[in-house]
Amino acid sequence: MKRRNFVKKAGVGAVSTVLLSDIVYRNLLPKGYSPLAFQEPDPFKMFHKDPEMVLLNDKPWNMEARAHLLNDDVTPNKFMFIRNNGIIPEDIDVSTWQLKIDGESVVNTKTYSLADLKSKFKHYTYQLTLECGGNGRSEFDPPAKGNQWTIGAVSCAEWTGVRLKDVLEDVGIKDDAVYIGYHGADIHLSRNPQKEPISRGMPIAKAMQDETILAFAMNGEDIPLTHGYPLRLVAGGWPASVSGKWLNGISIRNKIHDGEKMGGSSYRVPCETVAPGEKVDDEDMCIIESMPVKSLITYPKSGAIINEGKSLKIRGHAWAGELEVSEMEYSIDFGSSWKSIHVQKPVNRLAWQHFGGEINFPKKGYYEIWARATDTNGNKQPMVLPGWNPKGYLNNACHRIAVKVV
Amino acid sequence: MMKGKNTPTENSSKYKWPIVATVFFLLMGVGVWYFIGPEESEEEIEEISEIDPNRVENGIHVRTGLIEAEGLQEVINNCTTCHSSKLIIQNRMGEEQWNSTIRWMQETQGLWDLGDNQKIIVDYLTTNYPLLKKGRRKALSNIEWYKLDQ
Repeated sequence: MKRRNFVKKAGVGAVSTVLLSDIVYRNLLPKGYSPLAFQEPDPFKMFHKDPEMVLLNDKPWNMEARAHLLNDDVTPNKFMFIRNNGIIPEDIDVSTWQLKIDGESVVNTKTYSLADLKSKFKHYTYQLTLECGGNGRSEFDPPAKGNQWTIGAVSCAEWTGVRLKDVLEDVGIKDDAVYIGYHGADIHLSRNPQKEPISRGMPIAKAMQDETILAFAMNGEDIPLTHGYPLRLVAGGWPASVSGKWLNGISIRNKIHDGEKMGGSSYRVPCETVAPGEKVDDEDMCIIESMPVKSLITYPKSGAIINEGKSLKIRGHAWAGELEVSEMEYSIDFGSSWKSIHVQKPVNRLAWQHFGGEINFPKKGYYEIWARATDTNGNKQPMVLPGWNPKGYLNNACHRIAVKVV
Repeated sequence: MMKGKNTPTENSSKYKWPIVATVFFLLMGVGVWYFIGPEESEEEIEEISEIDPNRVENGIHVRTGLIEAEGLQEVINNCTTCHSSKLIIQNRMGEEQWNSTIRWMQETQGLWDLGDNQKIIVDYLTTNYPLLKKGRRKALSNIEWYKLDQ
């Protein structure tokens, strides 16, 4: 594996670099052809991801975890899903990076350097659950277009930064402010500089929460490039698309932000439930806010074969958007009966919670372990798909793993 | 020699010999690596010959992973310029949905008018990547069984 990459990078890469620098040789290249090293960079190496991660898309980069990879309490970078809408910014210069705060409802437009943000405001560290709104999309029928996420577009890393509310108070916002919209340095796939790949946001109330931060570190280090280096807006519990990466602007709006992917069917679901496949008009769609209650069994990996008479340790995480998980249950008989399993309190609000315990099987056979979390409002995860929606968001059907007792 | 490699200058014949020498040296290096390294050698030849942009293997267009069939070239030319073929392969839609997706790409993503190619492309997609019925929940599949030591 190592050697192949050497050939790929040092061999073809360096050769083509040299070739491309000489016009004589450049003319020999077929039109529209780019050398292997440019065509197929290894995303696992490039983004320091575990090779067991699953690549869904390479233009833009999108990659998800598998359930058993998410066993850590705090998700390390190597197991963190990537969801990009555009091209990762090129030539990031931290010394000149600026965050501009503007909009109809800002008192005075103001610009901060990274150093300003770090020195002027108090730092906070939180573990925050970020789940892609489309996590679980692959299960919808009729299918919803987009990246076909299965269960792995969720993470809970430790983010460090300054509170957005502290910054907004420093800037000064008008009474008519209703929403903030973010802007990032990523590049639209068409490379049209007039277009933003994504520019979403949140109501002022969410922006003012203690845990909504402008982060400059993840898991104690600089944020990895693909996760928003050098500055990311992080708003846990909401679709991860609210947590704008490569943050260089925030607009304080006097109306709901109308940036890219705020309208149409993007990150919106029918305000009233519809039958699968039904057409829904734009005006009948509502923006997703808090993510629903959900859980994942992260140990053991699905497919375990165990001996009869042995108990099995299971563990995993549960989260509930803005809320907390109040109860965790599992079933080994396809939902006929449910048993409680211990779930810990979150380390801070909006962090996922860990559950675990030992379970026993009555006799030999094929089993599925189903996990079901309940939030503080009493909502439980459904066993089958929840309400269909055009873009396949919010699938929080219970997670299942297969076990054989022999 | 290192100077030639590190400061390539466009259109300059001054650097041509150093460049040629560098290429030669690198290829020698690759060759030596290839001979002294263990196994995997066939895979490397494979890897390098994958540069052929039109290669088809077992009915699959190698570079994009798309099924070789009528309309493939139109799909490659019009779709994969902006997004990955992986996005096409993982999505299953009917004719109407593909057409509305194309419309969406034209309205918001800068896709050009496809003209006669639109029907060719949509036919290719619906034929080669047909809709799958999943129901309200599929059975667990592709389970990788393993013995768990307890």
